[in-house]
Amino acid sequence: MNRCNRLATVVAVCLGLLLTLAGPAAAALDAAALAKLASEDANERMEAIDAIAAGGDEAAMRVLTALQDGLLRVTPKGQVFIKQRGSLLDALTGAAVETEPEDLAKISINNRMRSQVEGVMAGLRIFSTDPKQRLEAARAIEPEEKMLATLDKALARESVAEIRDVLEVARAASQLRSGDTGARLAAITRLAGSRDPKIKTLLLALLETDAQSRPLEPDARVREAAADAVRAIDRRLMVYDFAQRLFAGVSLGSILMLAALGLAITYGLLGVINMAHGEMLMIGAYAAYATQSLFRARFPGALDWYLVCAVPVAFLSAAAVGVVLERTVIRWLYGRPLETLLATWGISLVLIQSVRQLFGAQNVEVANPAWMSGGIELAALALPWNRIVIIGFALAVLLLMWLMLTRTRFGLFVRGVTQNRAMAACVGVPTARVDMLAFGLGSGIAGLAGCALSQIGNVGPDLGQSYIIDSFMVVVLGGVGQLAGTVYAALGLGVASKFLEPYIGAVPTKILILVLIIAFIQKRPQGLFALRGRSVEA
Amino acid sequence: MSAAAAFPVPGDESLFSGRGWTALVAFVIAVTVVVPVLFLAVPETSPLHLSAYAVTLAGKILCYCCVAVAMNLIWGYTGILSLGHGLFFALGGYAFGMYLMRMIGREGQYQSDLPDFMVFLDWKAYPWYWSFTDHFWYAAALVVIAPAVLAFVFGFFAFRSRIRGVYFSIITQALTFAFMLLFFRNDTGFGGNNGFTDFKRILGYRISDPATRAALFAATGLFLAGCLVLTRALVRSRTGRILTAIRDSEGRLMFSGYNPLWYKLFVWTLSAVLCGIAGALYLPQVGIINPSEMSPANSIEIAIWVAVGGRGTLLGPLVGAGLVNGAKSFFTQTFPEYWLFFLGALFIAVTLFLPRGVVGWFVARRAAPGAQGPEAGKVTA
Repeated sequence: MNRCNRLATVVAVCLGLLLTLAGPAAAALDAAALAKLASEDANERMEAIDAIAAGGDEAAMRVLTALQDGLLRVTPKGQVFIKQRGSLLDALTGAAVETEPEDLAKISINNRMRSQVEGVMAGLRIFSTDPKQRLEAARAIEPEEKMLATLDKALARESVAEIRDVLEVARAASQLRSGDTGARLAAITRLAGSRDPKIKTLLLALLETDAQSRPLEPDARVREAAADAVRAIDRRLMVYDFAQRLFAGVSLGSILMLAALGLAITYGLLGVINMAHGEMLMIGAYAAYATQSLFRARFPGALDWYLVCAVPVAFLSAAAVGVVLERTVIRWLYGRPLETLLATWGISLVLIQSVRQLFGAQNVEVANPAWMSGGIELAALALPWNRIVIIGFALAVLLLMWLMLTRTRFGLFVRGVTQNRAMAACVGVPTARVDMLAFGLGSGIAGLAGCALSQIGNVGPDLGQSYIIDSFMVVVLGGVGQLAGTVYAALGLGVASKFLEPYIGAVPTKILILVLIIAFIQKRPQGLFALRGRSVEA
Repeated sequence: MSAAAAFPVPGDESLFSGRGWTALVAFVIAVTVVVPVLFLAVPETSPLHLSAYAVTLAGKILCYCCVAVAMNLIWGYTGILSLGHGLFFALGGYAFGMYLMRMIGREGQYQSDLPDFMVFLDWKAYPWYWSFTDHFWYAAALVVIAPAVLAFVFGFFAFRSRIRGVYFSIITQALTFAFMLLFFRNDTGFGGNNGFTDFKRILGYRISDPATRAALFAATGLFLAGCLVLTRALVRSRTGRILTAIRDSEGRLMFSGYNPLWYKLFVWTLSAVLCGIAGALYLPQVGIINPSEMSPANSIEIAIWVAVGGRGTLLGPLVGAGLVNGAKSFFTQTFPEYWLFFLGALFIAVTLFLPRGVVGWFVARRAAPGAQGPEAGKVTA
């Protein structure tokens, strides 16, 4: 059986090769079928479309496109032409016709025919000269037995391995209902390597039973093979699913990390939670929007690179707002953390309303630069570029931050003041200046986070509010004073959310995570990584 | 009182001074007699007549005052800033709302035994947690139990691991945020986005009836008076003294051999219950509750009422809730776009320039005329 099948394939391939070698593919077009396009009988016309499509080549595509566009003309004798702007082509050969025949009539097309043409055209695109179009068409093929001939033909002339792969899968899927048991078994074997949920559904259909719970598939071997294949696909799907979720979790985690880094610094240093921190994200995002608008107006040629310029703009604008806030409000409230909470909340309200008045209450549109749109397709994984860039960006910010805290004099001061403010002041650290600069740094990093967020989400006045509670939770979980705590907590929360969400839904996930955090701090009240100290109030 | 004698405090030892009692009685008479008479008996043409709108607005503000008093207990006297009190308020409202929803009976849009939103979701029966809510007393008990249980369980774990200060504040904020998301879901069974509304009757009386409104208003006023007496009694007691000690120096209290856990837990739960009852009184007067009552912004606004009025003072919360909500009604009607600016500026200005609030400022001025008292500005956060 199997050998028979292989023989058939070989014959088909040889035939296909012959066809390809036989010169202009126009030979496949059938003059009789063409003439039938103009027939009075609707059924006959539809048969003609199928017949032309079965030719499956450029010429067929040309004729069908012309039919769709209403460009086909026919002589009373049944000669068909394609009327193009300024010239007339012979539909059969594709050659230009010098003298226009008399009595040309238009071949009309009705809705039923139109949808039929659309259907067969989709199939025909697998013969397109553009590999991209071929791949797309191959993916769109509905596996049915009647597609087998077309698929064989396409396989015969296809040289790109990736497209061949897709076509072979489609071919095998089309054979699942074949009358030949051997063909079905071979198809199942071929499909067991797939990772497409659609293929799984097709295989599952083989295992279905009828009303009397008799299996629809008569052959036990086929059923067994199908069940095995489904299990194999399930395993593979699970692996990919895992990887996809891990990526989504890391992506969310990197955003949370960016949002929480600045918060952790200011909390560790000053002991105050900045409720306006979310609005620093918003300012960063609007800075990206403003930069984009500027580029659009002044340097449209360099629009793709606005983001590079937006990064420092976002950092500086958020940092400037942060420094001003520290000097004017927060400085006066040191030692009164709860009141700082309220005052910074007030600041956040003012900032939100100001942005509403300046930019409007509606979301503004920040576009991905061309180099950030699209994504990588790694096997079945779809990894969008903007997410990948943000993960890289977060890592870069983290690295810079680490270098700044451990390698510079300013970093030394920050660590010193965080550990023991009084002692640091005694040995001459200008604590007030350190506070101000650190607050500006924290706000600036939030601005960077906002700039990153503008690339994946909506930019509106409420942008900060939706991230702020999550970043608070990162700080609570991670503890303060050490970067590692923030990093692990952010990634942990991000990955945990993405793994829980599909099972229990987004909202229960949020609640469950809150419960888990509260449970966790029963064990470690100071978070994952606490500075060791002797203060009773810590 | 013996406890008070064992811990003498400077100043007045009785529950209220003579003037205090007079003011309290005057307030009770005002809410139970004067307002109902002006609303029900005085003809509409008379300048003294109170409109239904005015009574509803006043009743709403009285409810907010109760919440502020509850907030003052936990923040003003114990030094624990909760950013989730709106949650307890809303829980009380929802618990009582279940009763009110069932009292609509078949008068809803779909003329079904189930509330409209359940018909809309194609539910066939009440979920289990709705059972018995058609009994008034069960619902009333639920108003107390639901916030109490949540506050107790959450507080137990939070206080036990010595979460305090801003940590506690932001965790309460996350809590109310999580509940808001939960109640926004249709599947939760509390009307999702739209919440509860369109109530018809309470204990057999029509809610739209002026007499019912007056009764609800009087009940709110009485409850507020009760809250004030309770606060005063609690603060004067031995327990109250320990609560103040927790606020001022928890470490020192622990070194003196006290375990602050149970004191904190007690006042935290009590505060939540008061909020819940206020929510239950609020609902029939305002006529609607939805999950946005649980938004973090609402809860943090409660804190600013107390801060504006004066933390740790008996009347401060009343003054603050009245002032801020009065301003809110004014702004949202005349310049809606400037309300957030005003509120934000209020947050900043009060914390920077008026740390003891309006009442605290007056008290300090009276203590040292012409200058701020030595204690002014020295409020422990």
